[in-house]
Amino acid sequence: MRLKEFFFGMRAGMPVCVGYFSVSFGFGAMAIAQGLRIWQAVLISASNLTSAGQFAGLTVIAAGAAIIEMILTQVVINSRYALMSLALGQRLGHNVGIGMRMMVAFFNTDEVFALGMSRGKQLTGSFFVGTGVIAALGWISGTALGAIAGSLLPESIRMALGVMLYGMFIAVVVPQAKAEKPILIAVLLALIFSCLFAWVPGLNKVSGGLAIVICTVLAASVCALLFPVQDEEVAQ
Amino acid sequence: MKIYIYILVMAVTTYLIRVLPLTLLKKPIENRFLKSFLHYVPTVCLTAMTFPAILSATEHMISGALGLIIAVLLSLKKKSLIVVAVASCAVVFVTEQLLKFL
Repeated sequence: MRLKEFFFGMRAGMPVCVGYFSVSFGFGAMAIAQGLRIWQAVLISASNLTSAGQFAGLTVIAAGAAIIEMILTQVVINSRYALMSLALGQRLGHNVGIGMRMMVAFFNTDEVFALGMSRGKQLTGSFFVGTGVIAALGWISGTALGAIAGSLLPESIRMALGVMLYGMFIAVVVPQAKAEKPILIAVLLALIFSCLFAWVPGLNKVSGGLAIVICTVLAASVCALLFPVQDEEVAQ
Repeated sequence: MKIYIYILVMAVTTYLIRVLPLTLLKKPIENRFLKSFLHYVPTVCLTAMTFPAILSATEHMISGALGLIIAVLLSLKKKSLIVVAVASCAVVFVTEQLLKFL
């Protein structure tokens, strides 16, 4: 670990830390609303460090679904990390050892990845881990505070806080759908599939986590066939 | 106890997805379909998780629907993540309070 690079990474990661804090606050509040304890919510955030994955996991836990469904949900929703890890491995080069690679992998989230890649060829494992550590700090402390707020505040406010995460998801999706037409179509497809699974008799028997997986695979596959992306777009 | 098994499985699965390509795979993914598929996964998945779940997240469906509409409108105006989230929470809270008096 190169300390100078590590601290440099931490400084670069400050904005991500703040952003993560607010999103995970919503996650913490929602976990409590689903019946989890404060430390359980914190444990999930500390061991997973994902947003969509954790949220879907929460759905699976709340439904008391089978373990295989948890695996399936995480594999589909977090599959993009495999691609990002692959890109990271190539950027880091052959000199980086297995221990450093294993650390880098743990902190590989969308935002930390984007920051790391933006350094270009100068990217070091130490920088990446520094960014990851500060981001994780925001993620974990936000979860704890959200969970505490969720368990202390009155029911009326708790219910309102439960909508927070949805609000954030909408704030992520809408601008992208507005900017890119294929994304807009992907979103509309996902909406249709998701409504079918919620309201059509028979289909609504499919549990929440699995329904998310099926909707995601269907909509993403259709759009991948209709609108394949160019190489540059994938690396975000 | 079962919850800790869920959490463990969740963490291990997520970590394996991240660590295997970094340690074992050396060749880049060339498959265009797979690349495109992964490009669409995040937005599609967030969409499927949000709707229609947001409608049943509150006591009355109407408050969830209003929270959704406000969130979409503010996002179209490029407001930040936090502004959008807090505004939709506030709309839900106010609507639920008003409904108590009806």
